[in-house]
Amino acid sequence: MEMGAKEKNQQLHKPYSNGIIAKESPSSLQQELQELRGSASCPRSEPEFEMADIFYFCRRGVESILDDEVTKRFSAQELESWNLLTRSNYNFRHISLRLTVLWGLGVLIRYGILLPLRVTLAITGISLLVVLTTLVGFLPNREFYLSEKVHLMCFRICVRALTAIITYHNRENKPKNGGICVSNHTTPIDVIILANDGCYSMVGQVHGGLMGMMQRAMVKSSPHIWFERSEVKDRHLVAKRLSDHVADKTKQPILIFPEGTCINNTSVMMFKKGSFEIACTVYPVAIKYDPRFGDAFWNSSKFGLVNYLLRMMSSWAIVCSVWYLPPMNREEGEDAMQFANRVKAAIAAQGGLVDLIWDGGLKRAKVKDAFKEEQQKLYSKVLVGEQDEGEQNS
Amino acid sequence: AVGPKGIFRVIERSEQWSVGELEPEDFGAIRELSMNPIGDRIISAFFSPGKETVDFASFVRILAHFHPTETSRSRDGVQPEPANSRTRKLKFAFQLYDQDRDGKISREELLQVLRTMLEMQVTEEQLQSIAERAIQEADLDQDDAISFDEFRKVRGVDLIRDQIDNWEY
Repeated sequence: MEMGAKEKNQQLHKPYSNGIIAKESPSSLQQELQELRGSASCPRSEPEFEMADIFYFCRRGVESILDDEVTKRFSAQELESWNLLTRSNYNFRHISLRLTVLWGLGVLIRYGILLPLRVTLAITGISLLVVLTTLVGFLPNREFYLSEKVHLMCFRICVRALTAIITYHNRENKPKNGGICVSNHTTPIDVIILANDGCYSMVGQVHGGLMGMMQRAMVKSSPHIWFERSEVKDRHLVAKRLSDHVADKTKQPILIFPEGTCINNTSVMMFKKGSFEIACTVYPVAIKYDPRFGDAFWNSSKFGLVNYLLRMMSSWAIVCSVWYLPPMNREEGEDAMQFANRVKAAIAAQGGLVDLIWDGGLKRAKVKDAFKEEQQKLYSKVLVGEQDEGEQNS
Repeated sequence: AVGPKGIFRVIERSEQWSVGELEPEDFGAIRELSMNPIGDRIISAFFSPGKETVDFASFVRILAHFHPTETSRSRDGVQPEPANSRTRKLKFAFQLYDQDRDGKISREELLQVLRTMLEMQVTEEQLQSIAERAIQEADLDQDDAISFDEFRKVRGVDLIRDQIDNWEY
């Protein structure tokens, strides 16, 4: 099973498939309206309105009622054929007795054999992490070599605990000291997957409980950046701490997930520009999970973390590909947002994900009026007969 | 076509299906619809005049307008027009303009649509002149309003007919 998965990993996933609506690739408002009008347009002095224009908006509207780009990013990706996990089964229909028996067998194996083994490994891994990092912390000078070894070993155990089968591509581009590593975010497990192959400084909020204990332990042997809840709002403080860390070339690269929230691994959503404002090299990484063996997406509105981990550990396996992309730097005359979009496009292209402009925060919030205004602007340009090639420059 | 998967997803959207009815606010969860300048009008097209909720059957009936039109029909003309005929599609679009459902698009209704589609991008004078031209071109019986028959004959709308046959959901 492991070898088969490694081979399948090589393919990129097609971005526009598995949609409910047979859409052509998204053409711009201008292209579609011009098609609707039939004739080539030439610049006019007076805006020329056609009553038929309303059909375009009408159609787009109904299309979005049936299937829109944003909502479907926040539920688990649908599979073309069933992988014997109930959680991936959306339209339950009893197909045959044989399939049910197979499924039952699968349940026995997964919950009876795989889950206990994995839970044991996980507990071992986490305990070792806490104990060993604390021990290393007592050594003088924090012994970088040892702390690296300890980190790697513990994360490798955790990876085995999930039975994660990871294929790393282009390891020559691995992030180096004094840089920032950015990646698309699907699940908290992303951290373990990346930490399995290299040492990173993590960034995050201070938690209580088990997580908090792990955080305190890890920080004893290597420089991680944990923020108090109150400090998170202060953008300057955050930026300063990140810059200080990056300026010190002996420190490991920082790992950041600019989307800010978990997306279901079919697309990459808007990157928050904070991490791109710091002047340093950015190492993009694309992570793509193979949903056939187990869906890694954490739908935080549906499941809590413990529930999620149990589901992960009772799937068949977590199969994924990690691509290290060549490092990027902000260019002259590029602002943080443009740089962020450039990195995002590179990650989306490599991972076979759809590159979306939408903000992951839309999971919880409403659309801003600015988007509606944008549509109105584009439409008014069509009326006046302006020919724009491709995108607006804004 | 709207298959079982599509309906399932539509049902997932609103928790109110347990009660059996949708309200206009439920459509607010659809981000791309909020971005659409005539989004609100499309939403109100699902609700009968005066009613605040729509039940599942009516909802699906309206969506059925957008099923691809069958071009080959081997039936006698006695049957009531199927929901997805060209006429029904044109009627749907007509009602996006004609909000008070009096069967005619008045100058004021036309102006309202233009305002929502363009809002701050053109001046009030430009809006007025656009509306004026559109009515002059379309209004054949000179009653200062556009009836459904006049709407069908408008340049562009008659051409549309071929294209809307191929909307597929």
